[in-house]
Amino acid sequence: MDEDAGSMKRIVGCGVGAVVTKSIGLKPREGYPNPTIVELECGILNAMGLPNPGIKDYGQEIRNFKILKVLIIGSIFGSNLKEFIELSRKMQEYGTDALELNMSCPHAKGYGLEIGSDKGLVREITSKVKASVDIPVFVKLSSNVSDLKDIAKAAEKGGADGIVAINTVKAMKINLELRKPVLANKIGGYSGKAIKPIGVRCVYEIAESVDIPIIGVGGVTTGEDALEYIMAGASAVQIGTGIYYRELDVFKKICREIESWMKKHDVKKLSDLIGVAHI
Amino acid sequence: MNGPIIKKIIESKIEAKNIKTILFEYQEKIVPGQFFMIWIPGVDEIPMSVSYIHNKIKGITFRNVGDATKALFNLRKGDKIGVRGPYGNGFKINGKHILFVGGGTGIGMLAPAVEEANHKNISCTVILGAKNKNELFFEDRFKKCGATVYVSTDDGSKGYKGFASNLAKKILTENSFDSVLTCGPEIMMKKLLDISKNIPIQASLERYMKCGIGICGQCCIGEGLRTCKDGPVFDGKKLKNAEDFGVYKRDASGCKVKF
Repeated sequence: MDEDAGSMKRIVGCGVGAVVTKSIGLKPREGYPNPTIVELECGILNAMGLPNPGIKDYGQEIRNFKILKVLIIGSIFGSNLKEFIELSRKMQEYGTDALELNMSCPHAKGYGLEIGSDKGLVREITSKVKASVDIPVFVKLSSNVSDLKDIAKAAEKGGADGIVAINTVKAMKINLELRKPVLANKIGGYSGKAIKPIGVRCVYEIAESVDIPIIGVGGVTTGEDALEYIMAGASAVQIGTGIYYRELDVFKKICREIESWMKKHDVKKLSDLIGVAHI
Repeated sequence: MNGPIIKKIIESKIEAKNIKTILFEYQEKIVPGQFFMIWIPGVDEIPMSVSYIHNKIKGITFRNVGDATKALFNLRKGDKIGVRGPYGNGFKINGKHILFVGGGTGIGMLAPAVEEANHKNISCTVILGAKNKNELFFEDRFKKCGATVYVSTDDGSKGYKGFASNLAKKILTENSFDSVLTCGPEIMMKKLLDISKNIPIQASLERYMKCGIGICGQCCIGEGLRTCKDGPVFDGKKLKNAEDFGVYKRDASGCKVKF
């Protein structure tokens, strides 16, 4: 969801606090051929390939959505500094409330993770984007790296207002009958319950390394999943695949579950739980 | 789990010019109007409405129009395809007398719906629209289940000369129906929505699809209605509120494409 104004509007009615757009690039991009998705034992494997209508016409979707006066975070992906700056300026011009720099898509050649695994690039792009816009800038990082703490630190040094972690985890599914990978792109990104422990670990490690807020993503399906991320150090969570398992109103359900957990454990403020697992 | 199950084609038959049906064994129960995601290994995976529901035998009927359907068209008995589904909601089939309007390959998926209506002792009137008589199919199948069948062709090579929607307008004024069920070109379905007035209508839409399970958002219409999950069959009320119905669809990148 969240590629067009209509689907973003529908999600708003389902209890969200803010909406993150699909990652938008400079030009329209079809993404990979199908199959782009397959359900696995404990989650969903996808290689959509960053399909998006391009930044030029994306203003109409954002402006149409902004009628609702709900916070919108514009997600963007570029292959170099120049592209990130151009995309950031456009998103700000269209009226997005914050930016998310996608430096973590695990399966798009020349984009995402190929940038997000280079500390120097992460810092440079973050700082130059920060200098080009006035709205908050979040950097979305991947777990598919060996030096996550350093990369998060690089984003912080670049002036990021927050870190988003994680993106999907690189994975593959082979069909035994055909003896070949199911996804047209062969390799995809795993999401859902299976990657929650990886995401929680990453958020925990990032929280040890930086002082800026963290948005936790990866397998959040229940209120307890969200609380786990919060205790690891997240100030907010994003939900995507959870929609598949618990329908569109998964957001309302999770909020209710968090509230009931807090009541049961006599917690008055959710913010009191942020990072409590670090002692 | 929503992954492709590999099935051998047990029959591949020509229905009309460039139109073929492929049959395979598939156990799942299916509501007429639902669809499969059909994987042609090494080529593509595309949504295909179910056109045959006979116990454990299921089938799809399609026209040879693009890379994926061309590859599918050339597959033979014994070849393997991946099947996942069924997906979507399907038609609600009730009332005393239903008007079915099928245009082009949209005719295919109406056949199981008419068969079910007949099973429920509902009177069926069917309008089949095609460019010309060579592209018509399933006429006998509809007649076999007792439906009153009308044919329209754009060139007049068989039946009424003109669009199926024009023929429908005439038939709607001469008879009373409890509902209209349709599948075909969106412009045709939009016209039907306008002319059916206060008769409840259900239309099966076609959109570019990727996930098929309601998460990617590629096939959304109106305010976030997912053709794969909330559809593909939408009622008139929903369609009247969807600004894109009959106006534009979105390509694989999400760009708007006018009909």
